[in-house]
Amino acid sequence: MSNKTSASPTKQAAAPAAGTAQSHLAPINANLTPEAKIGLYRTMVRIRRFEERSLRAYQAKKIGGFLHLYIGQEAVAVGCCSLMGKHDHVITAYRDHGHAIAVGMDMKPLMAEVYGKVTGCSKGKGGSMHYFDPKRNFWGGHGIVGGQIPLGVGLAYGVKYKGHKGSAMAFMGDGAVNQGAVHESYNLAALWNLPVVFVIENNGYSMGTSQERSSAGFGLAERGRAYGMAWGVCNGHDLYDVRATMDKFLTLAREESKPSIVEIDTYRYRGHSVADPDKTYRTRDEIEDYQKNKDPITLFQKALLAEGILTEASVGEIDTEARAEAEQATEFAEASPFPTADDLQKDVYWEVDNPDQKTSQGRIFFDR
Amino acid sequence: MPLITYREAIRHALSEEIERDPNVVVMGEEVAQFNGAYKVTEGMLAKYGPTRIVDTPISEAGFIGMGVGASMLGVRPVMELMFWSFYSVAFDQILNNAANVRYMSGGQINCPIVIRGPANGGTNVGATHSHTPENVLANHPGVKVVVPSTAYDAKGLLKTAIRDNDPVMFLENTILYGEKGEVPTEEYLIPLGKADVKRQGTDLTIVTYGRSVLHSLKAAEILEKEHGRSVEVVDLRTIRPLDIDTVLASVAKTHRVLIVEEQKPFASVGSQIAYMIQREAFDELDGPIHRLTTVDSPAIYSPPVEIEQLPNPNRVLKAALEALA
Ligand SMILES: Cc1ncc(C[n+]2csc(CCOP(=O)(O)OP(=O)(O)O)c2C)c(N)n1
Ligand SMILES: [Mg+2]
Repeated sequence: MSNKTSASPTKQAAAPAAGTAQSHLAPINANLTPEAKIGLYRTMVRIRRFEERSLRAYQAKKIGGFLHLYIGQEAVAVGCCSLMGKHDHVITAYRDHGHAIAVGMDMKPLMAEVYGKVTGCSKGKGGSMHYFDPKRNFWGGHGIVGGQIPLGVGLAYGVKYKGHKGSAMAFMGDGAVNQGAVHESYNLAALWNLPVVFVIENNGYSMGTSQERSSAGFGLAERGRAYGMAWGVCNGHDLYDVRATMDKFLTLAREESKPSIVEIDTYRYRGHSVADPDKTYRTRDEIEDYQKNKDPITLFQKALLAEGILTEASVGEIDTEARAEAEQATEFAEASPFPTADDLQKDVYWEVDNPDQKTSQGRIFFDR
Repeated sequence: MPLITYREAIRHALSEEIERDPNVVVMGEEVAQFNGAYKVTEGMLAKYGPTRIVDTPISEAGFIGMGVGASMLGVRPVMELMFWSFYSVAFDQILNNAANVRYMSGGQINCPIVIRGPANGGTNVGATHSHTPENVLANHPGVKVVVPSTAYDAKGLLKTAIRDNDPVMFLENTILYGEKGEVPTEEYLIPLGKADVKRQGTDLTIVTYGRSVLHSLKAAEILEKEHGRSVEVVDLRTIRPLDIDTVLASVAKTHRVLIVEEQKPFASVGSQIAYMIQREAFDELDGPIHRLTTVDSPAIYSPPVEIEQLPNPNRVLKAALEALA
């Protein structure tokens, strides 16, 4: 059994942008208003309460298929997505609930989606792994490990082609880094100077395989060196550090149209999916150590209490509100109707959904 | 009307669409400096520059996926696969991303991408370079599939494909690139999903597409001259959407059917067509539906044998006589 060692993400030869204890002083953090800081804290709490509520719904057999929870990783999505401007885009894998809430999606359509209801963000057609909200520059929610990364490069290509000052953040796990499509993407992005930040959420495991048992070489982000790309690592338990580090690489993307790879050290508390009994590949002690000493919400709460921005009372209030919001989302999902069989063949072809602009003829579905 | 090659027709379609719409970008291996592996894009780099005509590294999964991602933002990439045979390394990007992303997002996204390149046997390039994946592609709701047989069709269909808001798989043919056909100088579009009756007849319907159309027309000529039989040749042109109505109308006229396709037989495009004909025009049939396909083995290299592995006028003639018997 290979335990995830705390503190340092992977065996880095040299970590150029490693997290520092000074991250809270970085202008991107120092310039935050108290309200904005509370907002970041609140978003992390909302993600956690949403995940816990969806887990209960799953245990009550209200949800089908897979459910990959984001609990423990909240500071990553919230830190990264809090830096988004008008032309910054996000794409991720199936562990996508945190990113969805972090880009501003409402809990109701998210809960309805895992319930398979027509009021879901993808009308019940995508499920937990396939949340989308292109109006908020959120491009999913993808089920094939690493398969979303070329799309992320394409988003960056689109931003550049259209002459916008923006970026794409392409999120993946520590297991996804070994997919061929990811390496092709690295090369394309570096070759063409595309404004993409490849964000590796290193939570230590791909299903039951520890990161050390799946990746050769020194560090995961350091592979960027081979492509002449900037790279960095940061402490994903520290929201300030995520923001300070990502700000630097997002600026590189937006201002200089340069790609980069950032490895963010994080940890998932729950099994790979709720179906994972989580008994064979890591110890209870390891999990408890993270929960006790490196929980991103607790750490940020402590920081804001120390800064005098949060009080014990407001902490309680935020938590109560988040629980209530998740509960309301669940009620909304419960009360919503399922799609019907008539919906099966909608949203397959743009043209079929826009009959007034149809140009093609012939049969497009083959029902018999 | 001027006579131009199938290759030129495609080039003209690409050029006209590049000039019409600033979002259209042509990308692929060797499309720019090298002038195209099959010279389809010859001269286009010089004319339109490196922003519109883009050479990619040999990374089909990477660049096709990148094109799909860019198309989600409204870029209209026309991606060249040097051979459609290489679809296998980009399969995930085409069929999990381009085909599914609209559905999985509940209709919030569309991918106006075209993936084009040659898909054919007959050039002695062996099993890895001779795939004809139109059946595999068409098996995935979300994509459209086009296989033009003439210069005229290639130009009109490609222009439509580029303007289409869904992902279109456009399968060309290296042997047809040099074939000349009449193509008007004025602009025209051909809608997807509209078959073309390439020859009228009364005794037998040959349903076909791609290069097999040419073989079928040759066979039909011989059948007329030497056997006194009148054969109708229906060129599907588009596989999905499928103009089954034109096929059924022809069957209602001739009552006999031969399907000719450059496909391996198992679960081919023709299998679907045969199913639909028997389901929707059973009473019109005077005999079983016949089918001529590629001989069911990987593509052979040996030049004289490859001719016999694929549909050719002789094989079509023989199959037609059986269907007419
Ligand atoms: C191509 C592919 N192979 C395998 C799987 C099954 N699978 C789903 S998630 C996963 C582990 C991925 O781990 P990682 O990239 O570290 O992301 P995490 O789950 O930790 O967020 C595997 C093997 C898949 N979905 N796609
Ligand atoms: Mg992982």
